[in-house]
Amino acid sequence: MKKHLLIALMIVSLAMSTALFAAGSKESASAKEVYFLNFKPEIADVYESKIAPAFEAETGIKLKVVTAASGTYAQTLKSEIAKSNPPVIFQTNGPVGLKESKGYTADLTNTGFYKILSDKSMALTDEGKVLAIPYAVEGYGIIYNDAIMRKYFALPSKAVSITSADEIRNFATLKAVVEDMTKHKSELGIQGVFASTSLSAGNQWRWQTHLVNVPLHFELRDANVPAGSKVPEIKFTYSANMKNIWDLYLNNSTTAVGLLGSKSVDDSMAEFALGQAAMVQNGNWGASQILGVKGNKVADADIKFLPIYTGIAGEENSGLNVGTENYLCINSNASVEQQAMADQFLTWLFSSETGKQFVKNDLMFITPFNTFKDNELPTDPLAKEVIRWMNQPGVNSVPWAFSVIPSEEWKNQFGAALAEYSVGRSTWAQVEKVAVDAWKTEFDLTN
Amino acid sequence: MQKSIQKYFVLFALPGLLCFAIAFLVPMVMGVVLSFFKFSTVTDGTFIALENYRRIFINDDFTSALWFTVQFTIVSVITINMGAFFLSLLLTREVKGTNLFRTIFFMPNLIGGIVLGWIWQVIINGVLLKSGVTIVSDPKYGFWGLIVLMNWQNIGYMMVIYIAGIQNIPHDLIEAAQIDGAGKLTMLKSVILPSIMPAITICSFLTLTNGFKLFDQNLALTAGDPGKQTEMLALNIFNTFYGRSGFEGVGQAKAVLFTILVAIIALTQLRLTRSKEVEA
Repeated sequence: MKKHLLIALMIVSLAMSTALFAAGSKESASAKEVYFLNFKPEIADVYESKIAPAFEAETGIKLKVVTAASGTYAQTLKSEIAKSNPPVIFQTNGPVGLKESKGYTADLTNTGFYKILSDKSMALTDEGKVLAIPYAVEGYGIIYNDAIMRKYFALPSKAVSITSADEIRNFATLKAVVEDMTKHKSELGIQGVFASTSLSAGNQWRWQTHLVNVPLHFELRDANVPAGSKVPEIKFTYSANMKNIWDLYLNNSTTAVGLLGSKSVDDSMAEFALGQAAMVQNGNWGASQILGVKGNKVADADIKFLPIYTGIAGEENSGLNVGTENYLCINSNASVEQQAMADQFLTWLFSSETGKQFVKNDLMFITPFNTFKDNELPTDPLAKEVIRWMNQPGVNSVPWAFSVIPSEEWKNQFGAALAEYSVGRSTWAQVEKVAVDAWKTEFDLTN
Repeated sequence: MQKSIQKYFVLFALPGLLCFAIAFLVPMVMGVVLSFFKFSTVTDGTFIALENYRRIFINDDFTSALWFTVQFTIVSVITINMGAFFLSLLLTREVKGTNLFRTIFFMPNLIGGIVLGWIWQVIINGVLLKSGVTIVSDPKYGFWGLIVLMNWQNIGYMMVIYIAGIQNIPHDLIEAAQIDGAGKLTMLKSVILPSIMPAITICSFLTLTNGFKLFDQNLALTAGDPGKQTEMLALNIFNTFYGRSGFEGVGQAKAVLFTILVAIIALTQLRLTRSKEVEA
């Protein structure tokens, strides 16, 4: 009898404890909380330690920030969105990414967040509904360390006639300067002109997406393809230009070609920050990776941008690659209340005084919102450079054409082909073949 | 006693059954069902019958991953079992410090696959640095890297099983063999090996299925690079499911095929080695 009592007691206590747990989790879900799935690991800290507490202090709404590890956003979103407490705010990278998440994207037409967008045409729409709003305009090119460049131009034995990095306005000049710098490596105190061409898994996006944008843009321009339209196949007309710059990167690098497979973007940025390399291809989002590196040796004033020159006719007039791949969406499956809180957070972040300070000083975004005055633009050296290039008369920014790339798989295959070519296991003709063939198959598969 | 066990069977089995159902049975059934659907999140989808299964073979990803996995498994099953058996023979002889060595050999097994992958990546890249290449420069480095890693991790574990098998051989059997004048080789061939057949069955089953299911180590060591050439089945399924939009169902279909394949191979192997087991 006693035993029975014991068992009965145990069952009751077990049942009670589960009931307690259940009640506990329910409570936390219904509290005022907005779940934001962040895309950028480099600024995850800012959201977690600065913005979330400030927002909670001002509005009483808790901001839950989860950051997907580099290169895993799509898969993280996919599994998070199926959970019972899914992200309310998430990111999409453009029309191709949006297509994937259309099923659960809310219409933002009547939100405060949409109202502050200065150029409404920048938002992504579908059948009259506003589905995604850009929050940061970014630019990329070749970042260079002007101190090293000045040192080079002061060398008596330099082989070029120009006297400053500002005068590099085409590929021929760039190549002459870079190759001559490589010859004077030891005098300049660098290990290579370019930081490592990172080719390790998940670190190829600077090439398979960003670098290929240059030949891609010019090809689409020649063919008069309007922005945002579908591109069923490419010819890779400017393949030779891509090869120009790619070979230049490889042959004048801090790292031997065979070892590039182990290098990450972080490695490259660190090499630049430590003064081991004079140039690195990246965008203004990399500012924190230069300024934040321990032992950073580059003075803010020396961090400058150069467009990616590849030897295409008329490239003197083209500037940095400027565009956006950062759009925010709100989950339509979240409760109305949560959607409203999400809108409240985004509007707060990009229009309130506190929010704007974070955007300007910590997130360092160049935003497309009308709430920012000219003196509220970010002050980090790279963002300033992007703005300078955008406003340079006679220079047109190269828009981000890579949003027409049919799928991530194309990027992966192209990246793998570049890697194979780099270590000498295949020829450039094979890279071209992969680019053209994979584009066609991927387009057919995804459309 | 018997009666009360029966009475409370349900009560005691319930937690286990519940966990099994939640963590295994339900996902598995869902998985099979989902393989016939086109979906982007696992909670909604449209029925497309066998389309996903057809799409598995639109490119040779899956078959090349399968081939790589088969090669890897064959080599690793042989090397791990030979290594483990050899070590167990050494460590059942009466020499000093056997316990210490058993512990040391077992220890790598306590480290998780991802961590091991990273550690070995650093080690192998360090060695390859001398010739100016990395583990992802050539698929054969990745292949042998994986073999070394798996051997290092699994030999200790299999060794323990073999040791238990060897220690269970009745002493009188060995003595009788010795008196009959059996040499070392005969002893090994006619006494030890037949008596530890159950251990061989278990070890080859474990190494075989481990080889086919390998994921963490593959992901951490090479992540399939260069260009998917060292991608094994499990990683290929993962990449299809998570890495390609619109291919979730295909990934699921691959997973179903994968399950069937592993089950067939493992069952065949069990039957084959079981038939060789003897009662001592």
